[in-house]
Amino acid sequence: MSAPTQTDQLAALESEAIHVMREVAGEFDRPVILFSGGKDSMLLVHLAAKAFWPAPIPFPVLHVDTGHNFDEVIAFRDRVVERYGLTLEVARVQDYLDDGRLAERADGTRNPLQTTPLLDAIAEHRHDAVFGGGRRDEERARAKERVFSLRTAFGQWEPSRQRPELWNLYNGRHKPGEHVRVFPLSNWTELDVWRYIAREGVELPSIYYAHTREVFARDGMWLTSGPWGGPRDGEEVRTLSVRYRTVGDGSCTGAVESTAATLDEVLDEVRESRLTERGATRADDRLSEAAMEDRKREGYF
Amino acid sequence: MPDLLRLATAGSVDDGKSTLVGRLLYDTKSVLADQMEAVERASARGGSAEPDLSLLVDGLRSEREQGITIDVAYRYFATPTRSFVLADTPGHVQYTRNTVTGASTASLAVLLVDARHGVVEQTRRHVAVMGLLRVPRLVLAVNKMDLVDFDENTYARIAKEFTGLTEALGYAEDAVVTIPVSARHGDNVVLRSGNTPWFEGPTLLDHLESVPVDGPDHDAPFRFPVQYVVRPRTEAHPDYRGYAGLVAAGTVRVGEEVEVLPEGQRTRVEGIDTFDGELEAAHVGQSVVLRLTDDLGIARGALLAAPGSPEPVSEFDATLAWLHEKPLRPGARLLLRHGTRTVQAIVGAVTHRLDTETLTLDEDPGELAINDMGQASLVVSEPLPLDPYDAIAATGSFLLVDPQAGDTLAAGLVGRPLVARPRETLDET
Repeated sequence: MSAPTQTDQLAALESEAIHVMREVAGEFDRPVILFSGGKDSMLLVHLAAKAFWPAPIPFPVLHVDTGHNFDEVIAFRDRVVERYGLTLEVARVQDYLDDGRLAERADGTRNPLQTTPLLDAIAEHRHDAVFGGGRRDEERARAKERVFSLRTAFGQWEPSRQRPELWNLYNGRHKPGEHVRVFPLSNWTELDVWRYIAREGVELPSIYYAHTREVFARDGMWLTSGPWGGPRDGEEVRTLSVRYRTVGDGSCTGAVESTAATLDEVLDEVRESRLTERGATRADDRLSEAAMEDRKREGYF
Repeated sequence: MPDLLRLATAGSVDDGKSTLVGRLLYDTKSVLADQMEAVERASARGGSAEPDLSLLVDGLRSEREQGITIDVAYRYFATPTRSFVLADTPGHVQYTRNTVTGASTASLAVLLVDARHGVVEQTRRHVAVMGLLRVPRLVLAVNKMDLVDFDENTYARIAKEFTGLTEALGYAEDAVVTIPVSARHGDNVVLRSGNTPWFEGPTLLDHLESVPVDGPDHDAPFRFPVQYVVRPRTEAHPDYRGYAGLVAAGTVRVGEEVEVLPEGQRTRVEGIDTFDGELEAAHVGQSVVLRLTDDLGIARGALLAAPGSPEPVSEFDATLAWLHEKPLRPGARLLLRHGTRTVQAIVGAVTHRLDTETLTLDEDPGELAINDMGQASLVVSEPLPLDPYDAIAATGSFLLVDPQAGDTLAAGLVGRPLVARPRETLDET
């Protein structure tokens, strides 16, 4: 018998996330979990399994595939889908590039290209609620995000239309065609996530732990060599011990130099870090001071 | 593991609230290197030699352009003794709804005033919101003390006016603390200031780290809004039926009798399930699944409660914080969200409106406009199991929702907690 005590902050965060997921199951017709194989989306799957036990997870998962994937992450995604008996929906950026609906960017980065396939998939499957693993501690524009974030029929986030969220009463009403993005991990910090992963023994893709990899430096980050355009002339390839703090499009997700090969070592590293998770590893957030705000308005997470 | 304090901040435009929050983050070393570099770059572009700490928290582009905070922002920081979730709520009059939002989950509120201006109407409005939502503890930070030469009399006069207000709203003396600060220079935020030798109280952070956190009351009457019925219909669990929810108040134990509201049938708790195993008891704040001895056709929206809870009602008086541009008029047909239940509601009379200048009630105001707080009578389509907000906030609170647009219109509190005590009774105590 394992009764969580009330002073246990992780138990409180877990309880809140489970409450949010059950609200969505109770209020919406066609929810979906956005699942990249990254640690935050893996936590959503883990929490959903706990929220509805002994019933299976009542939502499918949606992966927006940029085509610039880490092999380890795709293998991990497929294992998770199998283990939890999930239905996997995939929206492929490559399909849009192949038939010309989207064009490759000059810098080779595909992260900004995800928005259109995501919105099309939401419309095609008529999803009215979309779970994301976003956290308010990640970035300034996200600090102002609601737990239930209303999106227009164009998928857009309008700051002025966001509703006040009082107590734990979430208002998910929306018009036909609109949907709600839901962020059960809103109040978690990066350290909370890692402590919870350790406590629960949640499996993650191996690239979150230190490993030897061929990398090259670009924009002050270590990018891995791959079909997404690197290394270019003058970019020297080195073999380093690295790990990833976030998992995204391979062209713009950087590794950090690290020897943290175990959960305990990663926890120590996160505690000591003097850089934010996104600042250290995401070129896409560095595009401008308001990069995230602009992408959110367009319908990105 | 350190315990957790949820707090909200509120202040008028230009009181320096974002700077205070930025200072708190900066001096507790909660600001990471890349965030600080971004602030330094932006400050330099704005022509400022020193980093403008308010840029740490002003997140949206329009906020940075206007130099004000528009939307409630959540900040997370920790010291060795405590973790903090800070709801940074904007002060401009048109954003009072965000103050209401921040206050709804806060155990403590920090209100800011500019030492040059003292208590202003917006301060009174914020105190009224905090009092209405029963935020247990208040701190007044008298900011920009550097601009009044750290004058003790100026501070004392503002502090006295503020505690007069909080007393009128029913706050005990030990629930309210006032502190002279300069957020810009850091005086008495985290580090004790040499400029205020006359001040013997704690710094802001000292106070936040040491103030008692009132834990949830495990002995309150049990309340459990049913969120979802778990029915696996799998080979392993063909007949399982459990009721999922978050314990909103009190404690429930296996074997105890519960009422199913609003219908009023009684049954017993057969088991308390979680993914991690069965529990003997579940307490306020825990997400669990309850199995009951009888199959009563319970669905989302039902409330499981300790026997002897208040009789469900179809007509009641409530206090409303009106949050929407569209005003509230008598006769309005709205949706009312209570716990996990949504019913139709018709507004009867709008009986009172709070005058935030005098903290007295105006009778028969006719309507409530955005940012007004007042009282109204409501009729609902199905009886609701309500508690007075003062007794059990979780089941004494509700939302009013626009049936067409879906917008949240008002925060509602069951009963009349708005009434400020008249002066005469204050003088007697």
